[in-house]
Amino acid sequence: MSETWLILGASSAMARALARAVADGGASVLLAGRDMADLEAQATDCRLRGAPVAEAVAFDARDAGGFDAIRARAEATEGTLNIAVFVGSMPPQEDIDADPGLIDGTVMDSFTGPARLVQMLAPILEERGAGTVVGVGSVAGDRGRIGNYVYGAAKAGFHTYLSGLRNRLTRAGAHVVTVKPGFVDTAMTWGIEGMFLVAPPEKVAQDILKAVRKKKNVIYTPFFWQFIMLIIRLIPEPVFKKLSV
Amino acid sequence: MHTKTLTYRGWGRVHEATGEVARPERQRALARIMGETPGPAIGNLRSYGDVCLNDGGMAVDMTRLDRMMALDAEAGVLTVEAGVRIGDLARVLAPKGWLPAVMPGTGFATVGGAIANDVHGKNHHHAGSFGQHVREMTVLTAKGTETAQAGSELFEATVGGMGQTGAIATAELQLLPTKGDVMMVTERRITDWDEHLSYLDASTATYTVGWIDATATGAALGRGILEEAETGAGLVPPQKRAKTVPMDAPGFALSPPVVRLFNGAYWRRVPVRGRTVVKPIGEFFFPLDKIHDWNRLYGKAGFHQFQCVVPLSEADALRAMLEKIAKAGVASPLAVLKRMGPGRAGMMSFPMEGYTLAVDFHADAVTERLVAELEDATLAAGGRIYLAKDSLGRAEVVQQMYPDHGKWARIVAKHDPEGAMMTDLMRRLQLRNVA
Repeated sequence: MSETWLILGASSAMARALARAVADGGASVLLAGRDMADLEAQATDCRLRGAPVAEAVAFDARDAGGFDAIRARAEATEGTLNIAVFVGSMPPQEDIDADPGLIDGTVMDSFTGPARLVQMLAPILEERGAGTVVGVGSVAGDRGRIGNYVYGAAKAGFHTYLSGLRNRLTRAGAHVVTVKPGFVDTAMTWGIEGMFLVAPPEKVAQDILKAVRKKKNVIYTPFFWQFIMLIIRLIPEPVFKKLSV
Repeated sequence: MHTKTLTYRGWGRVHEATGEVARPERQRALARIMGETPGPAIGNLRSYGDVCLNDGGMAVDMTRLDRMMALDAEAGVLTVEAGVRIGDLARVLAPKGWLPAVMPGTGFATVGGAIANDVHGKNHHHAGSFGQHVREMTVLTAKGTETAQAGSELFEATVGGMGQTGAIATAELQLLPTKGDVMMVTERRITDWDEHLSYLDASTATYTVGWIDATATGAALGRGILEEAETGAGLVPPQKRAKTVPMDAPGFALSPPVVRLFNGAYWRRVPVRGRTVVKPIGEFFFPLDKIHDWNRLYGKAGFHQFQCVVPLSEADALRAMLEKIAKAGVASPLAVLKRMGPGRAGMMSFPMEGYTLAVDFHADAVTERLVAELEDATLAAGGRIYLAKDSLGRAEVVQQMYPDHGKWARIVAKHDPEGAMMTDLMRRLQLRNVA
C-alpha cells in the first residue's frame, strides 16, 4: 500500500527530519513551503533515500490563493495520504507590543493558514477512510506566558482545532495526532538564552512516527515535557500571574 | 542570524576554542552569514588538532547543510551540500552501485572537511586523494559565491586549503562503482617490518592497509596485520548498533602494559595462515564509528595523533621512527602503516608517494617531546606531517614541509583579504604569512 506525506513548512529542521525518516521507510513526500530552491534540494535528498516520489510544492500560510493547487496535488496521490503541519512564526513579544498588527500574521502562520488548508484536505482522508494528520503545536499553547502569549494563543487555537478535527476524522477511520514539542535544536532556538534539555530534531521525528503508529492523540516530545507542563498548568492563576516562567 | 557562544574541541581534545558559532540550515542563510559575519566553516570536528578551531572568533557550523542535491546515476556524479557525512553517502549510495571514491577512517567526517583536508583512504595507492574526485565546488569567499572548477587556481587553493579561501557550500563528486554493499577482506599476520613493507609493496588489492603493533620491539618491530579488501555483493549480518563511551576513562585504561596485552591478543586473533572475512561496508571503512566518543578513552587530557609520510626511498628513516616510538612504550593500539601513491589535489595537500605512519599517544610532556623528535626526523627524511591530525607542529618545521605555502598564501589572500577565515592552526603555524 503506497503512502504519501504532505509536509507543510517542510524547510524547518523538524520537518526535514520527518521527511527523511519517512523517505527511508519508502513513503513518498510532498514538501510544501516558500523557499523552493531549498525544498528542491530536500526533495532530491528524499528521493535518493528511498522516496518513490518527492516533490517541492509552493505553499504560503498567508496566501490561500495557492491552496487549491495543493489540494489538487494531494487528490492526485494514491494510497494513504498523511499530512504533517510544521508551520508557525514567533516574532519577539516586544515587537508585537510595538506593532500589534503583527498579531494577524502570527495567528495566520501558526493557526488559521494551515487550519484552512487542512480543512480543505480533510475530505480526502475521509473519502479514503485512512491517513493521519500530524499537527505540530507547542507547549507554549498550554498556558499564556508573558514572553510569547500571542504565539501561545495561536497554538492553543490550533490545539483546539486539532482536537475537533480528531473528533470528526475518527468517524471516517482517519486520525489526528497533536504534537507538543518542548525545546528542539533548530535554527529558531540556536543561541537563545535559557534553553535546557534541547532535543535533536531526529528524536522528535521518531517520536512523531511512533505516535502515528500507535494512534496516540496528544504527545509531548521529548516525553518529560508532559510532566513539566502538568506542573505549569497546575499553578493557580493568582500565583501564575506573578511569575515569569 | 543567531549565533551561539560555544566551547568546542578537535577530536584529540587537547586544544579548545570558545567563540561565536552560527549554524545555518539553508544555503540562503549561509550566504548571508558569509556576507555579514564571515568565519571559517567547521564540520563534525573530526580532525584531531586545531585546524577546525577559531578561538575568540566566529565559526560557521555546516552540519545542517547536508542534502544530496542531484545524482546522475549513469555517470556516478553526485552534487551535495558540504555538511553531508561520508558515512551517510556510503549507506545511501552503495545499494545503487556507487561509493564515494575516497573514504577516510571515519564516516562522521563531512564532505566539506574531506575536501578542506584533502583526505585519503585505504585506496590512496590507486584512487589518490579525495580532492581528485571533486569536479567542481561552490565556495563562498569574500568576493561572494565563486565556482571553482578542477584545475583552477581557487580549486587548488581550496582543496587541502583548510577552509582558508572561504566556505565550501556545495560540491560535485565523481563516485566510484561498487559491486554491492559488502567488503571481502583478507587479513594476514605480518611478523616484522621488512615483511610488512614487502607485502604493502606487492599488494594489488583495491583497498590495502596495515595495522601495526607500535609496542613490539626487537625482532618483532613492525609486526601487524595486513588488510586487503575488495567491494562485493552478498548478504552479511547487519551492523551492530553503536555503543557510546559514557565518560572520560581513567589513566590506566590505555597504559603501556594494557596496550601491550591488547595488541598481542589483537595480532594473534588472525590465524597464522590468514583468513578472508565478509564485512558490511561501514565496518571495514569506519571500524571505530561503532564506538561513539571513543576519544574519551584517552581520559581528560586528550591525545595526539602523529601522522607523517616519507618518500619510498626513506623507509629506513620511518623504521627508525617506529623504533623510537616502540622503545618509548607510549603508543596506543591505534597505529596504521600504509603505502601511498602520488595523488594529491591541492597545494597544501598531505599525500606524497611513500609510506605513511599514524600513531596515537595520550597527551603529556613525554609524548610532546617524542612528537617533536618525530617531526624533525620526518623533515630530515624529506617527508611531511598531516595537518588534519596535528596539534603540536612548530611553524619553522612545518613551513619547510609544505614548500608551496607561500604561493598558496598569496592566492588565499585574494579570496580572504581580511583574514576572516583564520584558524588557531593558521596562527600557530604562520602558514598564511605572505613572504
